[in-house]
Amino acid sequence: MRKPQFISRSVFVLAFFSVSITLMSQATFPENGVGDTRHGYYAFTNATIVKDGNTTLSNATLIIKDRKIISVGANLKLPAGAVEIDCKGKYIYPSFIDIYADYGTSLPAPPQGGGGFFGPQQLTSNAKGPYGWNQAIKSDADAYKVFSVDDTKAKPLREAGFGTVLSHVRDGIARGTGTLVTLANDKENFVVLKDKASAHFSFNKGTSTQSYPGSMMGNIALLRQTYLDAQWYKNKPAEEGLNISLQAWNDNQNLPQIFDANDKWNDLRADRIGDEFGVQYIIKGGGNEYQRVKEMKSTNATFILSLNYPQAQDVEDPNDARFVSESDMKHWEMAPTNPAAMEKGGIPFCLTTSDLKSVSQFWTNLRKAMEYGLSESKAMDALTKTPAVALGVYDKVGSLDEGKVANFLITNGPLFNEKTSIIQNWVQGEKYSINEDAWTNIAGTYTLSVNSPSGTVTYSLDVKNNSELNMVGKDTMSTKFSYDGKNVKLSFAPMVRRQKGQFGQGGQPGAEQRPGGGFPGGFGGGGQTTQLPASATRLTGFNNGKDWNGTGVDSMGNTMTWTATLIKAAELKPDSVKKKDAPVIGKVIYPFLPFGWEEGQQPKQETILIKNATVWTNEKEGVLQNSDVLIKNGKIAAVGKNLSDTSAKIIDGTGKHVSPGIIDEHSHIAAASINEGGQSVTSEVRIADNLNPDDINIYRQLSGGVTTSHILHGSANVIGGQTQLIKLRWGANDEDMKFKNSAGFIKFALGENVKRSNFTTAGGNTRYPDTRMGVEEVLVDAFTRAKDYKKEWQAYNDTRDKLIKEKKPTTGLSPPRRDLELDALVEVLDKKRFITCHSYVQSEINSAMKVANQMGYTVNTFTHILEGYKVADKMLAHGANASTFSDWWAYKMEVEDAIPYNAAIMQKVGLNVAINSDDAEMARRLNQEAGKIVKYGGVTEEEALKMVTLNPAKMLHVDDRVGSLKVGKDGDVVLWTDNPLSIYAKSLYTIVDGIIYFDRQKDEEMQKFVDVERNRLIKKMNGEKRSGAAVIPAQPSYQIMQTCSDHQHSHGLLVIDSNDIDNH
Amino acid sequence: MVIAYSQANVLPAPAQKGSTVITNATVHTGNGQVIENASILITDGKIASIGSNITIPAGATTVDAKGKQVYPGIILPVSNLGLVEISAVRASSDVQEIGEMNPNIRSIVAYNADSKVINTLRSNGILLANIVPQGSFLAGTSSVVQLDAWNWEDAAYKTDEGMHFYMPSLLARPRFGFGGGGRFGPQQQPQTDPVKEGLDKIEKLKSFFREAKSYLAESTHKETNLKFESVKKLFDKTQKFYVHANTVKQLLIALDFVKEFNFDVVIVGGSDSWQIADLLKQNNIAVVLGQSHSLPTLDDDDVDQPYKTAAMLQKAGVLFSISDDDGQTRGRNIAFNAGTASTYGLTKEEALQAITLNAAKILGVSDKTGSIEVGKDANIIISDGDILDMRTNNVTDAFIQGRKINLDDKQKQLFERYNEKYNLKAKPF
Repeated sequence: MRKPQFISRSVFVLAFFSVSITLMSQATFPENGVGDTRHGYYAFTNATIVKDGNTTLSNATLIIKDRKIISVGANLKLPAGAVEIDCKGKYIYPSFIDIYADYGTSLPAPPQGGGGFFGPQQLTSNAKGPYGWNQAIKSDADAYKVFSVDDTKAKPLREAGFGTVLSHVRDGIARGTGTLVTLANDKENFVVLKDKASAHFSFNKGTSTQSYPGSMMGNIALLRQTYLDAQWYKNKPAEEGLNISLQAWNDNQNLPQIFDANDKWNDLRADRIGDEFGVQYIIKGGGNEYQRVKEMKSTNATFILSLNYPQAQDVEDPNDARFVSESDMKHWEMAPTNPAAMEKGGIPFCLTTSDLKSVSQFWTNLRKAMEYGLSESKAMDALTKTPAVALGVYDKVGSLDEGKVANFLITNGPLFNEKTSIIQNWVQGEKYSINEDAWTNIAGTYTLSVNSPSGTVTYSLDVKNNSELNMVGKDTMSTKFSYDGKNVKLSFAPMVRRQKGQFGQGGQPGAEQRPGGGFPGGFGGGGQTTQLPASATRLTGFNNGKDWNGTGVDSMGNTMTWTATLIKAAELKPDSVKKKDAPVIGKVIYPFLPFGWEEGQQPKQETILIKNATVWTNEKEGVLQNSDVLIKNGKIAAVGKNLSDTSAKIIDGTGKHVSPGIIDEHSHIAAASINEGGQSVTSEVRIADNLNPDDINIYRQLSGGVTTSHILHGSANVIGGQTQLIKLRWGANDEDMKFKNSAGFIKFALGENVKRSNFTTAGGNTRYPDTRMGVEEVLVDAFTRAKDYKKEWQAYNDTRDKLIKEKKPTTGLSPPRRDLELDALVEVLDKKRFITCHSYVQSEINSAMKVANQMGYTVNTFTHILEGYKVADKMLAHGANASTFSDWWAYKMEVEDAIPYNAAIMQKVGLNVAINSDDAEMARRLNQEAGKIVKYGGVTEEEALKMVTLNPAKMLHVDDRVGSLKVGKDGDVVLWTDNPLSIYAKSLYTIVDGIIYFDRQKDEEMQKFVDVERNRLIKKMNGEKRSGAAVIPAQPSYQIMQTCSDHQHSHGLLVIDSNDIDNH
Repeated sequence: MVIAYSQANVLPAPAQKGSTVITNATVHTGNGQVIENASILITDGKIASIGSNITIPAGATTVDAKGKQVYPGIILPVSNLGLVEISAVRASSDVQEIGEMNPNIRSIVAYNADSKVINTLRSNGILLANIVPQGSFLAGTSSVVQLDAWNWEDAAYKTDEGMHFYMPSLLARPRFGFGGGGRFGPQQQPQTDPVKEGLDKIEKLKSFFREAKSYLAESTHKETNLKFESVKKLFDKTQKFYVHANTVKQLLIALDFVKEFNFDVVIVGGSDSWQIADLLKQNNIAVVLGQSHSLPTLDDDDVDQPYKTAAMLQKAGVLFSISDDDGQTRGRNIAFNAGTASTYGLTKEEALQAITLNAAKILGVSDKTGSIEVGKDANIIISDGDILDMRTNNVTDAFIQGRKINLDDKQKQLFERYNEKYNLKAKPF
């Protein structure tokens, strides 16, 4: 109980600031009244000062003046003119920094409804003024211009320990600049520490109502093109005029660049954009980074992590639990490990209160992160130094050093200890009280003297803490007690026996909130019902230092005065940090889906010898009976009879069939978006930019023998996006799924989809084209522009080369604008990129080839091509391949004449024909779809199987690597139980690169493991519910399925077509 | 050669005259049996006798099925055939009426017997189909048709055999907001409780049936209520009550209609029916499974769950059929859906029965069709090989009510047309 001299000062300070006179008024502002200039000159002495995560000074002094730290150190001389505050037993820390706040700015309301793929189109920006073309590029927005102090919002942040935040307006793909401000309740002129402190980006259009971009690929393409445009704009090209969006973009480049990516794969997508343009983003994660730590590390980025975790779901009812996936439950279990996993991975990160339902969750969730392995020092760094360094403002905030802003916390113990409270949070040299009651420890024994008219009665008080005491007079008394740092309240009555035990445990108010905490409860709140009789004596008074004095009323209404005098202060027990046992949790699996592999359990490349099978070689050897296939080092090593290899895993193929892996020429799995329908020409978008390895359909299709899939852009527009060929390497990351060194392709589309014929859009279709006449012109126009563009670059390069050759300066020469859309079309003209063209009716097929001939390119593949049989001869002359369905028809007008004999006719005419899926379900039966071509038109079985293996390999220009069982080709092989064209064929093993990714026997074991893991997680969630934790109703784990928006699918109850989602 | 190149030249066959005998057949009767080397005698549209030693009347037309497989005509148990010509073309659709309470709607009156889709199904062995109205709640009645007719009256095989109820999903639908971008995009909690909303709605349907029952018990009515009148046959079980439902919750609620109203309930869809197969059996609830060729419900599910569901119902003794509601192939692959069910647990004869005799039982026409048995209509197909496998399925002959039908269709004609154009007949495949 030592602090007498302090208390008086503390009261003084409190009073001083409560009348909102602040330090040093602003020079230019007129004074209304009498000048009162003060400097806030304080010395905090005898404290344990934690300057930063690594430096702690004992018995040290902190001196502040004029909002800044003057000096910090041990044995500092108390300067004259400074008010001394004795902080014996107290700790001083730099206050926290939240690098991802929207404090003092307002979030614009999102547009409501009407969007989605089928919604009306807005092809140009609605923004008025000399802005750029896209409404989602808001690079000219500056948070500091709209910032205003908002003390209601600042208060909870200060209570949580924050002193500084970086605030920006979360709207748009480019969001302009953020501003670094303190949480002081002061004039904005002082609160803003750095006006433009950061530049912000996201994958979210926000309030933009413009159709483009309408996909993840589009977001990425827009950002890439804007980087290029901004570079080009530096020379102020006349053809652009004034463009303040690009101007601001350039102006903001020297700031720290922060990207709100919000998901582990998006983190990588953002980082790759940065890599391309020499920018290292600070990445705001999505809370699932722990699922791919290695990949996160490879970004070299500093991350911003939220402490928001999914809530437990109410899965008590098995019929509700039925629709909650293992991965959603696993994520619930593992989300609190996110910061610890990043720490373990050696990845720098900041922590933010962003995404929390309420800032008051901050400490609870931070402690949870620490319980799950986050270290104290890392937590400290993540809240102070790391954000300051990331923003380049470590000279201003982030530690307690001379010259920095006087933002610090005073606590009554080590900051992260369970029982420690933040007493005060000083922001820019101003004190904000958080838990004043924690300044002093009032625990101890007291003598209470109550002076009533009938005389003085004495009691002995044993004060435990600010809300509990034991009181003994003649009898033991029932009591209710509270102390808030100043005001003491005590009610008491003789204890009634049967009520024994009901007192003294009236809860530890705010326990979960400390040290941030609100005001500790007890009196006044009415939340704590007391069992005290109405006749209880009620005392109230104040702590005056050594003793407490006050007045009271007894049950008879008699007034009285009272005094409590300290006899002996309680001995302070050091707050031992109770190390909780690390929680038992499941493991990360790759991918983070059922049937994913645990670390170390991934299947490895093996030497595999399949013996004595029927082998479909797809080579001139044809189908070999009783033959062997040897796979070694990921390649086909031998095909023949009586092969042997001592190192090989032997698989008995007796009675079984071996075929090359199935290749699906037309697939839409494993991608975050498929259709960029915002414009009729979007050759700038790339499926490769948004591959999604977390798609269960990869595994399901492996079970159907698929090893290679061509992931196509959808058919929303005439010139769609660039495609990506992948191998179904279950568990690999996005980059590693790619079929390396394969030829680039691009999707084109014709007919009803690009005309938007089958949408019932309000006001009808407004996007050109609306007829097949217009479709043809879009192609002519695009390639005409591409040719002019090519010429323009050619001319520029020639001139530049000439100047260089003549050793003349090239400074006056500015390059043409690089256009990603036209770049891709030039690649087509240069035969470096190939077309796969969605098409149905003969007129459009014919016309597309005429345009191609006119412009000097070839349509490599017509896909769907259901009327290909009508123009097969023309296609042959053009040099096109055909990739079609076996037996689809009558789902839309343009397939009225579709026939299942199409593939057979085209094949017989001489075309290279493939059967594709365009459907996540049918893809796993493609072998049987090929079987139908025997039935419809009578091609041979061997030729039919080639339609899903060698033929697609040819049209994808990878037949030197896959598509047949030829020595040297990739070890992509399937072992079937039966003739692969038969309905009775099941894949036993699906092998990619000599790795067994699907093993039917192992699949059964994995299914059992999924069931065990589900059961464990359901029990755990139920336990959470029973322990009284808040749960939300069970959330069915819907999956968003990317489709071509061309036809219906049979994907089950929990699948939502991405096209039905409003994704502004 | 004269080729009309249009389905218009494919004429419905006239009534059978005289007798027809299919000889040297391997007969898959549809009730689980296989009879080798048998003959089937068809007289007056009916199956007169089956066996290896039957008496064949003089002048009987002989169809030699040597080396071939003979089956009952396949029945498509749930279909929009003849109600939808081209899915995306609104003008060609007569499948869903406005409103939620449409018990008086009848599919048969809109059935287009000239639909180009019909003949493509016959080519794959489908001879009968149940024409079902779609809806968002109580949608109306379905009728069974035979697929060789001049008009819907000729086609009608059993009219208004069932009433169709599309049960609310009772599953929370998420609302996806900003951003998108995969599974971890912002997913907001729905505002309302779909289970409660659905149950309230279903309760209203029950009230409707309670009132209808009382109404129907009255001898005379001051005002005629067409909707009450239209559900009469449900109460005497001469009409099935089809509940389109998938989840266990839905299926358990469907039981109410057995318990309270004593309806003859059939589940349509039933993707999770395997979870309560024993309860379905106990309550004599039949199931028409949606197509086997669909994805599992949840990521966590057995990769092959939809393929295995049929075998699980078979094991539990549930009467079930398999449908093919694929929007792109329009039902023509029903035999292959059954084939897949066979790959994953059913015997071939059980798989066949699921799309023949079981379907007939469920649709209430097993007295007339569904199996090759004496006295039944001669609805018979002959295939070169196993009908359940696309590798061998090739229907060479088909009989509906003893009439040998023309297996030509628009697609075959277009095939012919372009064989001519490219002169392909001369080239070997």
